[in-house]
Amino acid sequence: MSSNLTNTGSNTTVSSGGLPSRRNTELAMLVFAVIVPVFAYANVGLAMDDKLPSGMLGYGAGLALLAAVGHLVVRRYAPYADPLLLPLATLLNGLGLVLIWRLDQSERLQTRAESLFGQFTPDAPKQLMYSAIGLALFVAILMVIKDHRILQRYTYISMAVGLVLLIMPMFFPPVNGARIWVNIGPINLQPGEFVKIILAIFFAGYLMVKRDALALASRRFMGLYLPRGRDLGPILVVWALSLMILVFETDLGTSLLFFGLFVVMLYVATERTSWIVFGLLLSAGGAAVVATFEPHVQDRVQAWLHPFAKETMAQSDQIAQSLWAFGSGGVLGSGWGQGNSDLIGFAANSDFILATVGEEMGLTGMMAILIIYGLIVERGIRVSLAARDPFGKLLAVGLSSAFGLQVFVVAGGVMGLIPLTGMTMPFLAAGGSSVLANWALIGILLRISDTARRPAPSPAPSTDAEMTQVVRPS
Amino acid sequence: MNKPLRRIAIFCGLLTLALLVRTNWLQFVQADDLKEDPQNRRVAIQRYAQPRGNIVVDGKPVTGSTEVAGSDFKYKRTYKNGELWSPITGFASQRIGANQLEKLYDPVLTGDDDRLFFNRTIDMLTGKPKKGGNVVTTLNRKAQKAAFDGLGDKKGAVAAINPKTGAILALANKPSYDPSVFAGNSDKDAKAFQNLEKKKDPDDPMLNRALRQTYPPGSTFKVVTAAAGLESGDYDIDSKTDSEDPYRLPQSTTDLGNEGNNPACKNASVRVALQWSCNTVFAKMSNELGNKKMMEEAEKFGFNRDQDDNAQDTPVRPAPSVYPKDNRPQNAMAGIGQASNRATPLQMAMVTAAIANDGKLMKPYMVDQLVAPNLNVIDQTKPKELSQPVSPENAQKLQSAMETVVEKGTGTSGKISGVTVGGKTGTAQHGENNKDNPYAWFISYAKTDDGSPVAVAVVVESSDTLRSDIAGGKLAAPIAKSVMEAVLDGKK
Repeated sequence: MSSNLTNTGSNTTVSSGGLPSRRNTELAMLVFAVIVPVFAYANVGLAMDDKLPSGMLGYGAGLALLAAVGHLVVRRYAPYADPLLLPLATLLNGLGLVLIWRLDQSERLQTRAESLFGQFTPDAPKQLMYSAIGLALFVAILMVIKDHRILQRYTYISMAVGLVLLIMPMFFPPVNGARIWVNIGPINLQPGEFVKIILAIFFAGYLMVKRDALALASRRFMGLYLPRGRDLGPILVVWALSLMILVFETDLGTSLLFFGLFVVMLYVATERTSWIVFGLLLSAGGAAVVATFEPHVQDRVQAWLHPFAKETMAQSDQIAQSLWAFGSGGVLGSGWGQGNSDLIGFAANSDFILATVGEEMGLTGMMAILIIYGLIVERGIRVSLAARDPFGKLLAVGLSSAFGLQVFVVAGGVMGLIPLTGMTMPFLAAGGSSVLANWALIGILLRISDTARRPAPSPAPSTDAEMTQVVRPS
Repeated sequence: MNKPLRRIAIFCGLLTLALLVRTNWLQFVQADDLKEDPQNRRVAIQRYAQPRGNIVVDGKPVTGSTEVAGSDFKYKRTYKNGELWSPITGFASQRIGANQLEKLYDPVLTGDDDRLFFNRTIDMLTGKPKKGGNVVTTLNRKAQKAAFDGLGDKKGAVAAINPKTGAILALANKPSYDPSVFAGNSDKDAKAFQNLEKKKDPDDPMLNRALRQTYPPGSTFKVVTAAAGLESGDYDIDSKTDSEDPYRLPQSTTDLGNEGNNPACKNASVRVALQWSCNTVFAKMSNELGNKKMMEEAEKFGFNRDQDDNAQDTPVRPAPSVYPKDNRPQNAMAGIGQASNRATPLQMAMVTAAIANDGKLMKPYMVDQLVAPNLNVIDQTKPKELSQPVSPENAQKLQSAMETVVEKGTGTSGKISGVTVGGKTGTAQHGENNKDNPYAWFISYAKTDDGSPVAVAVVVESSDTLRSDIAGGKLAAPIAKSVMEAVLDGKK
């Protein structure tokens, strides 16, 4: 697979030496990423019904097929891509399916659904379908987008689409206090999940063009480079936008995510610490102001500060139930299928799915899952470091940090580290929008990493170096 | 751009680290607090995950456990003949909680007790489910049934003790309740409980009258006054008491008479005064001894205990009985068991038991043993002496007088052929100006060659019977008699 390229010395900044494609490493890890969830699946069945679950073969085959398709497409269309991201995403997606299936078996949740909606529909089959669609999207991205720099062309279209998607939920009725849903006929979308990718594309394209102006034209004041007033414009616009999301859609998580994403990308683009300072000041100030008049935000903060207080429990005992689930799991956990995390009730298999990990797999499992998320983020930033073009760098760091922020916001909320916000745990949680968006995110990261690690085109062929040929797929 | 990228990488690493620290905090540092938080439903789920240990009477359990369908609380409590045994067991409800023995021995019954640690560990290692231990009571099945059946439809309570040890043999209430009806966790159980509460049911069936309700003891208290008199040395059992009839209460113009104006009461001896329950003699005696001496004697029998004093815990704590600090006319009335004098049925059984046990008062108790699931005894109650309210000689004098009461006095309906029985009747007035039906009392003990095996106190609350009929001898004595017979039968 690797090409043996002789470095002629003309392009010294980028190593174009014979990098291994590492596709076989990926394959080996994918085998684990399929086997681990299949064992987990068997474990749930044995714990709950004393027998292997009947759907085990189909589930195992389905997951293996998804992994195989993913791997073959990467091998064909992005041979130099990062070898860790696909196995890690597959593992999380597979474990998520098992967790959702396990919660489908819960009598409590079944009775709850029957009394609330008249009937109970299992989420695991749907999630398997979404995973397939998500992987199809991943495949499509790798096949269609041959070079990530194509995305740069769509900078301002992305902005428009992103804004529309952000504003859309305002026109739909709120679900459980937050306007984050778009319901068109049978399709329920959480546009926020897609917006994080689309806005990352916009920010990357925009900042790539403006970075010099933003970085260089500034005054020095008390050791900080203060940006010019007119350069503050974009950051203020994004700040205002995220506050509007907070006020009109009462969605703390999304607004935090976008603002954080923008500040991170701004900082990377300009290399100016002052932007971080501004970002933190603006977000802290904005959040404090909104919290003074927005009861939904106040409730969330109160619930975070006093999860076991009577007033909190009267409204919702979700956080308390989640904390009890984590505590009851202890170090080793109760084992698959043997916990009571279904006491959480609403959103037990989406926003709160981590509580089931915490109770049934214990501290050990939680650390493993958190480290997997951490690895995805760090591999993403590694892609950014390796990328050769500023757009790719910005896009990769934007996507990775958005992913990382989302994980922090959800996991932190569920574990009572920060106030709870309505977001889903990437790959683990039940929900089509989330699975689709995150597979797309991994697809784009793989595309950037493939471009980054791909052997550089050789300098103009010279007659005395005929043997030196770049072997490039497609 | 790589420098800020590295910093972002570190920042994202810190976010992950924060989450890792938090999960360690929750699942390691705080794990036990969260796991054992009583609000955490898992605590209750765990608690009801296996059958509960049983409360045992005469070698057979009076409780049980049954599986509940469609609940995450798997096993709920059942009671065999709940109305009969609820004064002892109390209740253990998934919805309401527990009380009495069910609550006090909860760790043993659920298997969580420290003394069951070894059993628990062995069960865990061998993969067996956790098992609860049993609580073996001192109760006498036949005596309990005799007491309960004897009360019939009448409101009242019975307490019977073994005078030699303090072991409680019977503790019956009417009306009573069946704790089975609200043992579960459903709304139906909650409703059933509410219906039994005093708000809904004025008869208050969940009140443990034998232990927790105080009544004016009426004439049964005269044995305490007599004991105080004998102990003071100023009186003897068969010497005249120099008492007039009617007796004018001190510092007052009120004259106190006797039931049926019995002529025998005038200047009667202590024995004769007990025999005919003469108010005049004992009111005068109480007055002459004074409030302080009367209180002291009553306290030796167990009156005036502090609310939080655990000396009489059976282990269920009885309500404190009261001999009040009072002025002279009230003290004279308290000496015949009226005024502010209040006693529980258990207290009067203790008075009887102390006299029957030659003056030695034993601490009452109803739990004999705690038994591990493998039948090892993990705790055995040893009888304990509480006090010596009367000397053995005076106690024997009192016994002979109380035997006279049953032989040829007001308590003849307590007589059992071939057995020595001592007793005392009581008819306590209550309500303003006596307008309510009085309480009928009877206290008694039976004696065999090797001491007394049973002392019993019976109180029957207001009934529809005519007032003239309500003398303790008629209503309460037959119940006491059947309880004593039940105990004596078991001895044969």
